[in-house]
Amino acid sequence: MVKHRRVDDVDVRYEALPEAENTMLVFGNGRSYGDVCLNADGTLLRTRRMNHFIDFDRATGRLVCESGVLLKDILDLVIPQGWFLPVTPGTRYVTLGGAIANDVHGKNHHVRGSFGHHVLRLELLRSTGERMVCAPAEQSEWFHATVGGLGLTGMIVWAELQLMPVSSAFMVTESKKFGSLDDFWALNADAESRWPYTVAWIDCIASGKSQGRGIFMLGRHAPAQSQFPAWRESTKHFPIESPVSLVNSLSLRAFNFMYYHRPLPKGTGLSHYVPYFYPLDGVREWNRMYGRKGFFQYQCVLPPEFSRDGISELLRRIGINGQGSFLAVLKTFGAKPSLGILSFPRPGTTLALDFPNLGEPTHRLFRELDAVVREAGGALYPAKDARMPPDMFRAGYPLWEKFSAYVDPGFSSSFWRRVTS
Amino acid sequence: MISIQRTVIFGATSTIAQAVARQLVARGASIYCVGRNSAKLEALLADLRVRAGEGQLIAGEAADLNEFTRHADLLASAEKSLGGLDAVLVAHGSLSDQKACEASASMTLKEFDTNALSAVSILTLAANLFETRGSGVLAAISSVAGDRGRQSNYVYGAAKGMLTIFMQGMRNRLAKAGVAVVTIKPGFVDTPMTASFDKSGPLWASPEIIARGIVMAMEKGKGEVYLPGFWWFIMLVIRYIPSRIFNRMNL
Repeated sequence: MVKHRRVDDVDVRYEALPEAENTMLVFGNGRSYGDVCLNADGTLLRTRRMNHFIDFDRATGRLVCESGVLLKDILDLVIPQGWFLPVTPGTRYVTLGGAIANDVHGKNHHVRGSFGHHVLRLELLRSTGERMVCAPAEQSEWFHATVGGLGLTGMIVWAELQLMPVSSAFMVTESKKFGSLDDFWALNADAESRWPYTVAWIDCIASGKSQGRGIFMLGRHAPAQSQFPAWRESTKHFPIESPVSLVNSLSLRAFNFMYYHRPLPKGTGLSHYVPYFYPLDGVREWNRMYGRKGFFQYQCVLPPEFSRDGISELLRRIGINGQGSFLAVLKTFGAKPSLGILSFPRPGTTLALDFPNLGEPTHRLFRELDAVVREAGGALYPAKDARMPPDMFRAGYPLWEKFSAYVDPGFSSSFWRRVTS
Repeated sequence: MISIQRTVIFGATSTIAQAVARQLVARGASIYCVGRNSAKLEALLADLRVRAGEGQLIAGEAADLNEFTRHADLLASAEKSLGGLDAVLVAHGSLSDQKACEASASMTLKEFDTNALSAVSILTLAANLFETRGSGVLAAISSVAGDRGRQSNYVYGAAKGMLTIFMQGMRNRLAKAGVAVVTIKPGFVDTPMTASFDKSGPLWASPEIIARGIVMAMEKGKGEVYLPGFWWFIMLVIRYIPSRIFNRMNL
């Protein structure tokens, strides 16, 4: 548990930031996995009550809202009116500010890029009291520093988004099994030209000829139709923290076997957007299944020229270890360059996994994986990170020094201090 | 179920009231918002307008409710803007600084103005309005603190106690006119009012949960309502602790 010297709520957007004897950091909904949203021994400013809509033009799909608004609130408002977020991450429970600060990405990166590509403007509030409206063509340096800027350039007060039109709240979906990584690459190349949403679940401990087997999931927004399946929101809670991690090499092997071999619906089906995009939001506090020692996420991106070999090598090392998780996700990014100086999404392939925290063995595995990522010229994702060493950060984000010029002197985060030490 | 399609909310910019306003708007209601801080009020009105659909009126004005002479005009403006009124929610208040009040009689009396007398004034005017019509809902946010005076917050508690008893009598009077009088008694709620408290225990509720309870209580025309419900039992115990024992405690 990280202790902060002071935790304050920011309710109103027109006030200056509080005076503080130590550095501050804005905190949205805390869905980042590690310490990008923490500022140990410093001040944390929570924006959960700065959550007002400011304006919505339902004819053009332009929405302006305060940075504390959750993506869920946006979706609840705009979907019935025929609009959708052009980019959404795997959970609805992130704030608009958090989505911009991490330049989040989704299953449609190959078509729509990342979140920052759809921000028309934002207002940045500095610790000096100075306010700037930033856009790709206005105060553009500050825009590029703030998108993906991990909250370090100041507080994002409000932002204007360009939404995307949709005809329903449902998705047309299809799933295909593949028996190996080679099959994945073939399927992927074909699918990306025809489907806007593509992602693969990988059995991360299958080895040998079955290495990299998994299920490929395709989706597109469903057109209007006369009959939709019934759907109701339901949330189950993981009630208590498990005394030990329920995720271990035995349960993982068993789960992966069952999950891979489960019968898949033939052809295409209709799925409501909530279970399609946000499967984990359905079980709140899912992290409790890992027990008190918790878990680590490991998400990396490898450049296109090293993707095939690099992903194989990563899976090989994970397979040997026997560690790994239910949630192993593989996706190729599109060629569109991200807008943030520190943005994670870049051309290539991203692999995301959870590992139960077994202490030193887990850290040792990560160092091995780091070496593969480093060698390939890839990078790790700050939003998911709790342990990347400074040299990994600098290697993955060569423009980090250029970025530091934009860090507000009154702001800092545990993550930033860790990776720039 | 009472139809509350036209509501005036006093203290609309408070966190619980904002949540109530949003839920009412989602149910198709038109709302008149009265709040002290005009910038906060404008932000709330803009938010409600984005959420509202065709034909829903969202309006309001800034006012300090300790200016008692304004109360009648505020109700009249609300009625005029919305084309009538189905419900009044009194949601303004401040958490009194107990220690500071102990040292100052004038501060204590000011707290009674804010937390009791201004509410009583508004409710008196609204009651007459609704009694003549023979329908409507009068609601106000009191507190579990009003159930028993205790050393840590009896200035606030006494004000809320006054409000609770006043509304109890009003409920008796207005039952014959078909007007519901709803007294909301929240327990611990996570809002800026309680910012200095340690909120780690299980007793803390979100403003949204309280707001849902308020909307339900108003639509069902309930009487005194503890929110969340388990506070009914907690306060039953608190109320029946014998004085000799209670007075030795530091609740």
